[in-house]
Amino acid sequence: MSVKVEIKSERDCVSAVLKGEIDHHSAREVRAEIDSYIVTYQPEKFVIDFKGVTFMDSSGVGLILGRSKLLKECGGELEVRNASASVKRVLKLSGIERIVNII
Amino acid sequence: MEIINEVKFVMPSMSVNESTARAVVSSFVIQADPTVEELSDIRTAVSEAVTNSIVHGYRHYSGKIEITVRILAERKIYIKIKDRGCGIEDVKQAMEPLFTTAPEEERSGLGFSVMQSFMDRLIVRSKPNIGTTVTMYKRLG
Repeated sequence: MSVKVEIKSERDCVSAVLKGEIDHHSAREVRAEIDSYIVTYQPEKFVIDFKGVTFMDSSGVGLILGRSKLLKECGGELEVRNASASVKRVLKLSGIERIVNII
Repeated sequence: MEIINEVKFVMPSMSVNESTARAVVSSFVIQADPTVEELSDIRTAVSEAVTNSIVHGYRHYSGKIEITVRILAERKIYIKIKDRGCGIEDVKQAMEPLFTTAPEEERSGLGFSVMQSFMDRLIVRSKPNIGTTVTMYKRLG
């Protein structure tokens, strides 16, 4: 797949570190991997780390919104970190920062 | 307007080809010496248009997606993405931000908004049961 997901658990924070390009094709596999973790471990705080993401289209917005919704249902909260300038442009267009904490 | 160079390619409507389309278009456009941001905008707009063809146009059956990219005079980029999918009943409604007919696939309904915002001009022509053609222009700085 064109995105690699590494899930790291440190103290009270769990992060999914993404590496590669996020589009409709790759987002499906990322979604399955993250959802499986959230449903199993129900973390209070979950971070998606975009440091290694070199491309993202609006499929990434759906990916973030869907995980935010699932986490809320499980009593947790989502945070997005280290998005590049091009990823932030797509996020800004969507207005997602009103719903999800983007750092 | 004078065509300086042109590439045309056809690919099956497989989602793995979303990245193929981006790679081919960006490797062609790079000869016009775009900035990093301009190239990123073009890649994103192409990705959105191709994804629309795959997710919506060819939702019920597979088909071909035809992509034409031209470098025009005055550093203008022309991109046409054509499918022979199910078409769009109401193009105006489809272009409204956040409108989607595929919420189960977590589609955000932002595809056309991204194309409009990241390119200079967007033209969408569609007929039900005939297909959709998206044409986009961007002038490089």
